Amino acid sequence: MNKALTYGLLLSILMVIAPHAEHLPLWVSSLCLGLLLWRTYLTYSSNPLPKRWLLMLITFAGTGGIAVNFHTLFGREVGVTLLMLLATLKLMELRKPRDAMVLIYLSCFIIITNFFYSQSIPTALYMLATLMVIVTAWVHLQAPNIALKPRLRIAAVLLMQALPLTLILFILFPRVQGPLWGMPQDAYASSGLDDKMSPGSLSRLSLSEAVAFRVSYEGKPPLRNQMYWRGPVLWEFDGRTWTLGRTALTSPPKFTELGQEIDYVVTLEPHNKIWLFALDVPNKLSVPVTLTYDFQVLRKEPVTARLRYTARSNLSYRANLQEATRQLQRGLQLPKLYNPRAQKLAAEWRANSANDAAIVRTALSYFNQQGFQYTLEPPLLGVHSVDDFMFGSKQGFCEHYASAFVFLMRAANVPARVVTGYQGGEFNDVGNYYIVRQSDAHAWAEVWLEGQGWVRVDPTGAIAPERVQLGLSASVLSNAALPFMARNPPQWMRDLRLNWDTLANQWNQWVLGYDTERQFAFLTRLGMESITWQKIALNMLAGLGLVIALFALFMLRHLITHQPDKVQAAWLKLCRKLAKYGLPRAAHEGALDYAERIAAARPELADVFFDLAVRYSALRYGANQDEQARHEFLQRAAALKV
Amino acid sequence: MLTRLKTRFSNWLFRPRIEHGTVTLTQRRIFIIPTKQGFTLCFVLVLMLLGDINYNLSLGYVLTFLLTMMAVMSMLHAFRNLAHLEVSAGRADAVFSGETAQFLLHFRNRSKLPRYQLCLRESSGDGIPTREQLSGEIRTGKIIGHIAAFRLWRRRNSDRRVVCFDVPAQQDSVVAFPLPATKRGWLETGRLTLYTEFPLGLFYSWSYLHFDTRCLVYPKPLSDAPLPLGDSPDGTGKRNITGDDDFAGLRTYVAGDALPRISWKAYARERGLQVKQFSTPVGEELWLDISNAPDRTEEEKLSRMTRWVLDAEAQGLRYGLRLPDSELPPNNGIAQRDECLRRIALFNLPQQMQP
Repeated sequence: MNKALTYGLLLSILMVIAPHAEHLPLWVSSLCLGLLLWRTYLTYSSNPLPKRWLLMLITFAGTGGIAVNFHTLFGREVGVTLLMLLATLKLMELRKPRDAMVLIYLSCFIIITNFFYSQSIPTALYMLATLMVIVTAWVHLQAPNIALKPRLRIAAVLLMQALPLTLILFILFPRVQGPLWGMPQDAYASSGLDDKMSPGSLSRLSLSEAVAFRVSYEGKPPLRNQMYWRGPVLWEFDGRTWTLGRTALTSPPKFTELGQEIDYVVTLEPHNKIWLFALDVPNKLSVPVTLTYDFQVLRKEPVTARLRYTARSNLSYRANLQEATRQLQRGLQLPKLYNPRAQKLAAEWRANSANDAAIVRTALSYFNQQGFQYTLEPPLLGVHSVDDFMFGSKQGFCEHYASAFVFLMRAANVPARVVTGYQGGEFNDVGNYYIVRQSDAHAWAEVWLEGQGWVRVDPTGAIAPERVQLGLSASVLSNAALPFMARNPPQWMRDLRLNWDTLANQWNQWVLGYDTERQFAFLTRLGMESITWQKIALNMLAGLGLVIALFALFMLRHLITHQPDKVQAAWLKLCRKLAKYGLPRAAHEGALDYAERIAAARPELADVFFDLAVRYSALRYGANQDEQARHEFLQRAAALKV
Repeated sequence: MLTRLKTRFSNWLFRPRIEHGTVTLTQRRIFIIPTKQGFTLCFVLVLMLLGDINYNLSLGYVLTFLLTMMAVMSMLHAFRNLAHLEVSAGRADAVFSGETAQFLLHFRNRSKLPRYQLCLRESSGDGIPTREQLSGEIRTGKIIGHIAAFRLWRRRNSDRRVVCFDVPAQQDSVVAFPLPATKRGWLETGRLTLYTEFPLGLFYSWSYLHFDTRCLVYPKPLSDAPLPLGDSPDGTGKRNITGDDDFAGLRTYVAGDALPRISWKAYARERGLQVKQFSTPVGEELWLDISNAPDRTEEEKLSRMTRWVLDAEAQGLRYGLRLPDSELPPNNGIAQRDECLRRIALFNLPQQMQP
């Protein structure tokens, strides 16, 4: 195996493994790197490869280590880790061309595993670079003594030619909606809102810059304080954590006095949960969903791929004016043993207020006036979390306020519940859409008031109105904990970020989100009518055939350089004519010799043919390439009657 | 029946015929099939596609399609690597039996496209032999027989000589294809396969070259065979064997010249291999007669005669050749030597004497 080829393969493996380094266990990354360095050294110093038993030992030890590390040998994560280890180990026993071939195929396969973690534009570009390195090594394997430059050129040509063909395939290849078989548990990463809430859970999420979803509104966007994206609605409280709870009641909600209709398109990043996000209150969605009794939008299966849907909401509404008693009962339950001081306060409010709405107002003004602070880094709370917060630290994030508020309402006998979701978003004026990030995660409350139904109350708004109006970075006291970009970056960085996000959004919509539905829509837009699989497949083959034929034409055309010139063609035609009359020119015969033979056999042709032969010889072998003489010869040759 | 059809089909497809002059590898002459590696890649690609569908990986689709299309394009590249090459057969210098004949082939690449990794190998006996053809070698059940036939075919294929070379853009390359010369007489090139798997090794593109060139193979000279000096026709029976007193000059080395005669001084001066020539007194004539050879078989006799011719020429004698069917009057020099060797090589062979 020649050295340059080995280096090429080493580089290929390094490039396919590198993006995995961050999520592999540290010791596996180090082991792989160590093996790569060792192999490089062995190649450099021309030392023999390690013995088989040693490799076996490393293989078994490595596999064992992975099994211990992950507590299993099945699943996606483990599979990827094992693949990395085996690829680097295969490099250690690179002896025959066949081993190199295995390595090349293996590295192509490893590239795919990287897409489990990221499919962004940089990943795609990195894939192209990696592929270029792999194909260069591949070409080198076939022709061991070809220099680097032509090697790179051939690899680049192959890649460039494959690109337009890939585009055709990508657009027209019939898409099958996966999955084809059951997925391992860890198949999808999940991030974002959870179906429970405890102190600290949302503030942790707020540190993430990851995009939750993107929205583009048809027409004028709503006001910021109307941008409440409902997620899980939490009913049950155990003194610390709010959970969904269970209920047998599944009657659909009743909305009345609907107004302020708004249409929008949501592109939801996969979060591996069943809920979708819609503005309050959703009217209809383009994907099959169910609307629960507490206005959540749920899908049958978890969202494991980027999902795009259009939705219509009504921003002004009355919800469930007639609520079932059992539901109201649920909205009043609370653990009586916890938070005695808060319960006492609520009881006071109840006694001093005329109705439920007055209690809500009292509570909000209490939060507003008692020196509460909105912060990402609240102190830890004890067993009586609401008491500690209300009368102790007075510092909290939205989950603290929502939790405390709902607790107080319930204690004051006002039906209430916690709603989690997202609020606001960043407007991208380049792409004209809103980006809702994990840092926009929010929790608020809903109370049921006689004659008004379920009403949204955001206690956070009472303490830090900027949170609702302007977003997180404007509202927290100390924003040191926030990621850099969530604070106040310079304008040009903001612009760059928004431009980039616009590009990423297009990429998500058109490349990553290209599924059956998109495919059909796109092809319809291209003018294809009554689309069927057969039709798409036929078009695909025809398109590929056409482009390949064009390439073939282009590639082969310039190979054919030599064509007999007109003079020679005319002479050969003459010879063929005479050959028909039994006087073929022998291969060794010169023009004049041939003419002499013809003169002997056909005296009547002698003069004319001899003249032609002399002219031909002069034109073909003489220095004089007169255009006039050429022309005359061609004319006479054509005129000759045998 | 089926075999006959197969033969007819392959005759139609491959048009086996012996050619002379220059052959241009046109589309019609180039064939292409996927290699084993090509099929392996196909399998890998199917696996990748399944993964893409299952995990809904759009970029995975892109990668899979890119690789697929590169593989498809590599077919065109493999084809193009042979297309419109001009091949003509060059000479093949005579060799002694047991040596390796070098058939020269000229490859002319008029295009601006460098051709990489072209390979030449013998193609006679192409294809997997049938069980019947191997019945002498394999006596087992049917399936085992087929597997064994395949293995044998593979083994034969693998130890065939392969010559690989490049033809740079707008240049000519001369390639020597070695064939072992095992018996005297004419050695035909047979049908050669010019093939390439460049650039990715996924497709095997090939063309058959069957030129009418042949190489003359002299019998293998016996190692120890003193000249039949006693039988010189002048009857003296004595001759000054050394006879090389008079240095007459140098001439270029020809295969078969005696090593002590090589002028190493000239070689050291980088003037190539030169052989010292010595003049011999006129009148010392030697008849090399096959009936004087003491060996039993004809082949051994011819081997001995070959040695005699070489030694006689090396010692600068005038020698003649006498075979049952022909006689060559005494003379000396390279021409004489070659003609003698030629007659010895072709003696009693059914082949025609024309070159």
